Amino acid sequence: MGLNKRDVTLLVIVAILCLFAPFILNPFPEGSAMAQFNAGYPDLMQRLVIFGIFAIGFNILFGLTGYLSFGHAAFLGVGSYAAIWMMKLLTMNVIPAIIISVLVAGLFSLLVGWISLRRSGIYFSILTLAFAQMSYSLAYSVLTPITGGETGLQPKVNDPRILDGALAEGQTPRANLFGLQMNQSYEMAVGDWVFTFNAGYYLAAIVMLIAFYISIRIFRSPFGMMLRAVKSNQQRLNYTGLNAKPYTLAAFVISGMYAGLAGGLLVAMDTQVGAERMFWTASGEVVLMTILGGAGTLIGPVLGAGFIKYMENIVSKINKSILEQWFAFMPDGIEDLLVTLVYPFIGKGWHLTLGILFMLVVIFLPGGLVEGGQRVGRLFKRKKPAGDKPDGKTTPAE
Amino acid sequence: MSNSKLTRRGLIKTGAVAGAAGLALPTYLRADGHAGFLNAPAGSTVTLGFNVPQSGPYADEGADELRAYELAVEHLNGEGDGGMMNTFTSKALKGNGILGKKVEYVTGDTQTKSDAARASAKSMIEKDGAIMITGGSSSGVAVAVQALCQEAGVIFMAGLTHSNDTTGKDRRANGFRHFFNSYMSGAALAPVLANAYGTDRKAYHLTADYNWGYTTEEAVKTSTEAMGWETVNAVKTPLTQTDFSSYIAPVLQSGADTLVLNHYGGNMVNSLTNAVQFGLRDKQVNGKDFQIIVPLYSRLMAKGAGANVKGIFGSTNWHWSLQDEGSKAFVKSFGTKYGFPPSQAAHTCYVQALLYADAVERAGSFNPCAVVEALEGFEFDGMGNGKTLYRADDHQCFKDVLVVKGKENPSSEFDLLEVVEVTPVEQVTYAPDHPQFAGGSLGTCNPGA
Repeated sequence: MGLNKRDVTLLVIVAILCLFAPFILNPFPEGSAMAQFNAGYPDLMQRLVIFGIFAIGFNILFGLTGYLSFGHAAFLGVGSYAAIWMMKLLTMNVIPAIIISVLVAGLFSLLVGWISLRRSGIYFSILTLAFAQMSYSLAYSVLTPITGGETGLQPKVNDPRILDGALAEGQTPRANLFGLQMNQSYEMAVGDWVFTFNAGYYLAAIVMLIAFYISIRIFRSPFGMMLRAVKSNQQRLNYTGLNAKPYTLAAFVISGMYAGLAGGLLVAMDTQVGAERMFWTASGEVVLMTILGGAGTLIGPVLGAGFIKYMENIVSKINKSILEQWFAFMPDGIEDLLVTLVYPFIGKGWHLTLGILFMLVVIFLPGGLVEGGQRVGRLFKRKKPAGDKPDGKTTPAE
Repeated sequence: MSNSKLTRRGLIKTGAVAGAAGLALPTYLRADGHAGFLNAPAGSTVTLGFNVPQSGPYADEGADELRAYELAVEHLNGEGDGGMMNTFTSKALKGNGILGKKVEYVTGDTQTKSDAARASAKSMIEKDGAIMITGGSSSGVAVAVQALCQEAGVIFMAGLTHSNDTTGKDRRANGFRHFFNSYMSGAALAPVLANAYGTDRKAYHLTADYNWGYTTEEAVKTSTEAMGWETVNAVKTPLTQTDFSSYIAPVLQSGADTLVLNHYGGNMVNSLTNAVQFGLRDKQVNGKDFQIIVPLYSRLMAKGAGANVKGIFGSTNWHWSLQDEGSKAFVKSFGTKYGFPPSQAAHTCYVQALLYADAVERAGSFNPCAVVEALEGFEFDGMGNGKTLYRADDHQCFKDVLVVKGKENPSSEFDLLEVVEVTPVEQVTYAPDHPQFAGGSLGTCNPGA
């Protein structure tokens, strides 16, 4: 497959994690107090891998070339809109939707990149941010006939869907892969545990593995080396007579296509698009994911994406009554005190928790979660680290 | 720590065990008709999902909605003073939970974003086994979550959503709305405005640039034009706008003598404040006093705009100062628990929770299709809005609409609006295929399994 042994190991580990995610994410038995922290339900598992793809793509641009795009959510959104229109007009099969989302996002990123890459550093970031906000505003109001505005778009019973047969009476259109519905699940009960195997999740996971494999190949290719050269010293690169722009533009378009792929998959799993997914906070989120996990590393962005989505979906759902349950065994005064102390950090306060963790990671683990993992690994290995690794796996974020 | 929290998974496990032993399902499941649909509650509890904005622009409303839901759960479980359960004309609810099952709930944050709202609702359905999702404070979210609930096969009881689309072109069989809509606002306001300001006014609309703004503008325009008003101009303003002075300056040059602000929440607070600061209300145009109208009012908005709301007309779904038995009972139990009167968002959410529970009781099953059947065409009273009908054609509640006016001399920080007129339901009723609502179809109910 054109990979060295280390990379094969990494890919296999990721594949195994994806395959057994329903088990790994559901470590606590149903009905126990800890079941609150189970993440093995289809929607979240799908989001974990899809935002993993988004972050992998973003990392190709940011991790390799150092260009910080603050507008990547626009490509995700454009991909989503393309996908939903494909579903409305052509077929509810997800394959055409995903393909078109990648293509449209690629074209759009070519346009945005071609303009934005005339500048670098903060100016580049601001340009991309401006493009993304512009897309958001257009989608939210001006383009309402195409985008559905605030309400967004959903497949409706009376859409044309020229390739699909007529729906049976009382059926709603559902996203499927040649008849296999994306929301179909098989549930396995083992003792007190219930594990859910969802068709959509496994499709998304396979796509993520392919995306991950391509990302490894890009990292290890001469092209990837050129991108790293852009990051380390663009001026020197220019003086040697090389034009960096084609390389950076290619990286930009590739990462835009990754974002479009993620957008298309989001629609395939949950057939609804809203303009909010292009908002600047969504662009900021992927930056957070990448830095939190470890920019410039292969696995980092996936970990970061998983971490943030887990926080968003699990911590934000802990409410006061659940806290009171947890601390119910304490004496009354202490219980109230603990509830008051913890309450600001859960539920709607999950942003606060995330912010604190992000700061801790950036300050103490500049290489992100990957660096944290390596430090723990070193503790157990009891030998000196092998120095600079040429494969970029330990390159910290800049 | 409860270890008896049974969910859809619980049921499946039960089923698996029963199947493995070569037995049929336990009889109590069959007898109650509790199988054959998604998230059928199998234990002694039933889980409802309260999906409200806890962050973002409507967080205040979301917090009030959550208070109302907590109160409703208390009353359903037989705690507290029972609130509107005592005045509700249907007496199916006994204060022992729903169908004898204790009501539990999970909460989520919609962030007033349709993506986040759907993610939150999905986790309630897939992880927590919620049998019904309710709440929300914007039409975009309501439409998105309603479609999700239809796909997944649970009931959606909309919270605060005023756009025509929710029960118009985006209506769904599994979704129900108690709140009133843009058309009703227009139809209720027009006669009152004609009385107060005459029938030869020239109106200028400022409209928030998104779906709710469009439907409200259309509704108010149609109803006011029908009684003789002329619409001079309608200008869209970006939702994120905070300073409306550049939009207000051209109003006077246009020759209009009435300004209609199709804005909600912070938008309305800012645009009204700007308009008043520009001295619009002291102006004379066409020999008439300049007037401002706000089609959709809420107490929280009135509070934000302060003294500027005095004497300004608008419509609202419900107001705590109403003197019918239902409203009094609700205000009393809400006030006792939280120390201040409920908002209209709290009212509609509380009523929705009770209506759902009552429908389940009457249907004798949690099956969404049975619930839909029980709610369709259901007539009730004693919930604060007088006689109300849940119309079968579009799952919209038809009831009296309140036309309110900013109070000249408020006696407290909650006493900001006075009810000018209670527009009878006949006047705000429309055909299900009215042009402002056309293009949607309910489809059929989906029980999910």
